[in-house]
Amino acid sequence: MKIRARDPKEVWQEEFDSKPSRDDGIETSTISGIPLKPLYTSADLPKREEEMPGVYPYTRGIHTSGYRGRLWTMRQFSGFATAEETNRRYKYLLANGQTGLSVAFDMPTLMGQDSDAPTSRGEIGHCGVAIDSLADMETLFDGIPLGEITTSMTINSPAAILLCMYIAVAEKQGVPASALGGTLQNDILKEFIAQKEFIFPPEPSMRLVVDSIEYCAKEVPKWNTISISGYHIREAGSTAAQELAFTLADGMAYVDACLERGMRIDDFASRLSFFFDAHIDFFEEVAKFRAARRIWARWMRERYGAQDERSIKLRFHTQTAGVSLTAQQPELNVARTAIEALAAVLGGTQSLHTNAMDEVLALPTDKAARIALRTQQLLAYETGVANTIDPLGGSYFVEALTDEMERQAEVYFKRIEELGGVIPAIEASFFQKEIADAAFRYQQELEQKRRLVVGVNEFTVDDEEPMDILRIDPKLEGEQVARVQAVRRKRDQARCSKALAALGKAAAGSDNLMPYILEAVRAYATEGEIMNTLIEVFGVYTEKAVI
Amino acid sequence: MPVDTAVRPVRILVAKVGLDGHDRGVKVVARALRDAGYEVIYTGLRQTPEMVVDAALQEDAQVIGLSIHSGAHMTLFPAVVQELKRRKATDIIVFGGGIIPEDDIAALKKRGVAELFTPGTPLQDIVDWLRKRFPRGGS
Repeated sequence: MKIRARDPKEVWQEEFDSKPSRDDGIETSTISGIPLKPLYTSADLPKREEEMPGVYPYTRGIHTSGYRGRLWTMRQFSGFATAEETNRRYKYLLANGQTGLSVAFDMPTLMGQDSDAPTSRGEIGHCGVAIDSLADMETLFDGIPLGEITTSMTINSPAAILLCMYIAVAEKQGVPASALGGTLQNDILKEFIAQKEFIFPPEPSMRLVVDSIEYCAKEVPKWNTISISGYHIREAGSTAAQELAFTLADGMAYVDACLERGMRIDDFASRLSFFFDAHIDFFEEVAKFRAARRIWARWMRERYGAQDERSIKLRFHTQTAGVSLTAQQPELNVARTAIEALAAVLGGTQSLHTNAMDEVLALPTDKAARIALRTQQLLAYETGVANTIDPLGGSYFVEALTDEMERQAEVYFKRIEELGGVIPAIEASFFQKEIADAAFRYQQELEQKRRLVVGVNEFTVDDEEPMDILRIDPKLEGEQVARVQAVRRKRDQARCSKALAALGKAAAGSDNLMPYILEAVRAYATEGEIMNTLIEVFGVYTEKAVI
Repeated sequence: MPVDTAVRPVRILVAKVGLDGHDRGVKVVARALRDAGYEVIYTGLRQTPEMVVDAALQEDAQVIGLSIHSGAHMTLFPAVVQELKRRKATDIIVFGGGIIPEDDIAALKKRGVAELFTPGTPLQDIVDWLRKRFPRGGS
């Protein structure tokens, strides 16, 4: 008699169904709400030709050799207080094995205003370093050879000004712009969507972005002109799929704007870069990174007709999720960050920032900053995870989840297109509402204990030991105000006024504004003066506040 | 849960002071307070202390909720309290939330901020605190 072997999947399913499940009420979907099966099998594996790293659509990575060829860049975002103090921190980080710099600016700098503006009161040097003019930028990079390192600058509305300051510092060091490497965040669309550090209305804002992309394509060819960011969208409360979809939609909006300017796709697309969040739901994040590469490659090749391989490959920076850190039992943040960093690495990131455990309380202390960097070094050199390319590729679960991410992103692309594109969707508060809804849903899940955050809504302790945190000396505010006022007194006022007048005139026309901004920067016009010149022409944007 | 009041609900003005645009927290709190039966007015971003107090008086709010994540709370929260004094509107209660270190909380309470809520606070704690302050609604 012949016994037909039963399908082992069926056997397992029967067994599983007969066993009791945990009844603690904790969600089994991803943190973004994607329902998960208890087991994935070969039946869930998408039917497609085998994908390989370094080969279109790059799901498994953009490099043929993965991290065997080159590890990711360990790029810790830092900046606080004055240019002088931050310069010391940079030298400390470089001496400790960090491989690239990443500048955090304070709120007045991010909002394009000088330290002596009335609304800068209380904000100077708190969230990052205060930069008012070229003089501060010279101090920030004093003794750091700009031709030998790469620098990332997190700045958006005034991005063009800060890039010009960097170029001007390099000039003084004798380094030509063509030798400079680094990244400018310069992603204004996600400001309207999530982080809200906008100043001008969307259209002139987009003009400035395209001006800088166009200028760099000719003059600063090794510079990543924009870092199209999902990080802030996610931190504002979006789901993983929303982060993925909104970010890539922004990317396509920039591509459209550059094409409209008359640029050719392969002349600028290779310098577009991305920036994602690495949140705590491990597999969902790995799937998100893999899906991002595949979607971008397909759109760039099929919709935009890019030929250059570098235009098609999505390169990205990752930062672990600030929003996942807890003020309660903050030492646990070291563990959270390590897991998130692992997701970024297994997702094939090009560079990584790991948060310090105390960042939920204040800017990091030296010790906390070092532990964060060491976490990356530990991943790179102790764990062995960098030895195999895309080690989760082929996993039934990860492949299925990668496809699900892609599917959800495509649904959003359609909705955005129906709304008339990214800018009309911003003006209709579409993204803002989607994100606020997702954030509120998650908060309710926490309140109902359908999701647990260790140390916050479960496993709490009564007596928390206070942690040493970095304090910004309040004296600094007066000193920075004095510094910017001294710059205004000492500079060649005639040259400065002439440069600002020329900029204002150009802004009213259609010239590329970068050369005008660069000349104003060289003449020690302050950031606030340059912004105000542009505001007079462009106006300011006010958001419809939606709850 | 609706607020148990026969007269009128408490009116709360929630405001983002300072230059940062981190509005996730303020929006979540605003929705939760609205769901709890309060009348909530959200000012939007980058309000100066003067703008906040103006809006509170105009809206006839009994409570001002301030949110900040930029580290400027020691300057801006007391500035709102001062502005209320200047406008003789000290009956309006001010509370705040955001990334505020432990030591600063005590200092801010001394300077007239009624309560501070830091990251990880259950929304219900904020609602409970308001119920204690206004057991009979906003009458």
